[in-house]
Amino acid sequence: MAQLTRRKFLGGASAIAAGAAAGPWVLRAHAQGAPIKIGLVLPYSGVYAVLGESITQAMELVFARENWTVAGRKIEMIKEDDEMQPPVGIRKTEKLIESDKVDILTGPVHSGILMGMRDKVHNSKTILIVSNAGADAISRERCSKWIFRTSFSNWQPNQPMGGWVAKNVSKDVFIMAPNYQAGKDQLGAFKETFVPAGGKLVGEDYPKLGETDYAPYLTKVRQSGAKAVYAFFSGTDAVNFVKQYDQFGLKQSIKLTGAGFLTEPDVLPAQGRSALGVITGHFYTPLLENPTNVAFVRDFRAKFGGKMPDGFACQGYDTAETIVRALKAVGGNTQDKEKLVAAIEATAFESPRGPFRFDPKTHNVIQPFIYIREVKEVAGGLNNVPFDKVADVRDPGTGCTLPA
Amino acid sequence: MGDLFAQALNGLSYGVLLFLLSVGLTLIFGMLDVVNLAHGSYYMLGAYAGLSLIAATGNFWLALGLAPLAVGVVGAVVERTCLRPLYRRGPLDQVLLTFGLIYVFEDLVKWIWGGRIRSIPTPELFASSVNVWGAVIPSYRLFVIGFGLAMAVALWLVIERTRLGAIIRAGVYDSEMTAGMGINIHRVFTLVFAFGAALAGLSGVIAGPIQSAYPPMGASILIPALIVVVVGGLGSLKGSLAGSLLIGQAETFGKAWLPGASMLIIYVVMAVVLLVRPQGLFGRALK
Repeated sequence: MAQLTRRKFLGGASAIAAGAAAGPWVLRAHAQGAPIKIGLVLPYSGVYAVLGESITQAMELVFARENWTVAGRKIEMIKEDDEMQPPVGIRKTEKLIESDKVDILTGPVHSGILMGMRDKVHNSKTILIVSNAGADAISRERCSKWIFRTSFSNWQPNQPMGGWVAKNVSKDVFIMAPNYQAGKDQLGAFKETFVPAGGKLVGEDYPKLGETDYAPYLTKVRQSGAKAVYAFFSGTDAVNFVKQYDQFGLKQSIKLTGAGFLTEPDVLPAQGRSALGVITGHFYTPLLENPTNVAFVRDFRAKFGGKMPDGFACQGYDTAETIVRALKAVGGNTQDKEKLVAAIEATAFESPRGPFRFDPKTHNVIQPFIYIREVKEVAGGLNNVPFDKVADVRDPGTGCTLPA
Repeated sequence: MGDLFAQALNGLSYGVLLFLLSVGLTLIFGMLDVVNLAHGSYYMLGAYAGLSLIAATGNFWLALGLAPLAVGVVGAVVERTCLRPLYRRGPLDQVLLTFGLIYVFEDLVKWIWGGRIRSIPTPELFASSVNVWGAVIPSYRLFVIGFGLAMAVALWLVIERTRLGAIIRAGVYDSEMTAGMGINIHRVFTLVFAFGAALAGLSGVIAGPIQSAYPPMGASILIPALIVVVVGGLGSLKGSLAGSLLIGQAETFGKAWLPGASMLIIYVVMAVVLLVRPQGLFGRALK
């Protein structure tokens, strides 16, 4: 078996050597072990490029710390722009699996791309470490032993918020999210704890994704008698919604709360003072005071021109950290995939967000904490200041039956 | 009742924004016979030029005056260098060119301003919301409504009451005949195109405090603007105003009353108009 893979590998290596006319170099490379190829399927253009950029930068930070070498093998990142379009993302995934023959895949940001990638990855037994997309299904009925997730399931930041809002803000709440799967997933998770805690939904609306004018919905909010709003929006939707919410004068009388993405650093500067006072739940904020995060924020800012890391950067950090630790555990052997999967599953470390570990039942991260944060003016501008938290948030994983 | 009035005001402010954007599109369409798919790009350029001018001067009103001029100059250059050689070619070439320009402008914006989401702050004067007969609306939106309607009147005066307006109307009706009357039609083409681009730029600045600025923003606003042009009738100022206000109300009440179907409403309105009046509300009957 070992003979076979070795021969196969040599065949591949000499083919490359012939192509590149660099025989001696390739032979040397093989002596040290060929590079470990990590394929990234992320948005590098368009509005969501800033998310792909944060994830990638944090990964580069971790790999650079390891001198781009783990267990004697070079680490090579192959970046593909998925343009936030499922057909493009799926095509790039096929390219990375079939022609680049990557050892580990990571990405995507878009849940639709993730759902499209799922069978390609599962059937080809390619290891995928999801570094953003939150589709619940990947930790539920569509889970796979080859798929891990370091980011979140959509359920995770929202489910604790339902009970928290009912207890600490108001029991009369209007909820709103964009009209697509993630939006409905997130509000569904909120309702799971909000209603049992005595909360009453006074209204519920699903504006289209990419909405530019929320006026009709905001007028409904005012007329509904709601005491608070719980919203999930991200990107330009989050900017437009938060600004218009403030312009309609709702902020003073009806508290705005939401999932963390509503006021993440990718949108906060554009929202400006309109975001002051917004309360959100998220697994990360750069203001956490644990030593790992303090070092992460310092190094990240030093490497990337003073840029503050965000939740997306934390996801990238944890993805790269998982890769490095698991590869060290198996001595850089990426051929024995079963062993590598077991090593990833067992990976645990101190992350900027708190103690990081995977749930063996679903391969999804167990959020050490969902931090409740309020947007305030602090040194360096607006930021999400944590003031409360809910511990150990684990996706229920309904319908997921991973082989133990 | 207060609810109805509040939503009508919301629809009016959205409609007025659509008007500022679509009036340039419909004039260019009517006069130059060019489907200017890059019209949304001038909207985007206006927003970004506005951002830079506000950053430099701290004055929203100065940006509102200067950004459209800058965008108009860009429009004039594009018309002279890119579009003019294509007038004698088929519409497909023009569509391809203007479609390509969308990407050029998008990359240009990313290159100059970066890909981050930006936003124009609301001018201090209109930062609060006001109560109009029981309807609470941001005072900035009231300003948008007033400004847009004033622009409509001013445009109507120019087009119906001045010599230049007469030339433009003649050009929309039959540009070859107008040229035959001794008018330098090419100069008028450049003027109309630049003016249309400047109006799109103006709407970009006006929309800035309400919406965010991001590189593909021009492409996403193009569809409603094209629908307005189709509903109102090609080349018609009145049609553009009526179409904008109709689509603005339809979309707003659709969102308020039929949230599940709100995305469909404006297409339904367009389909009904096309069935009943294929030339649009104020368009000339098709030949």
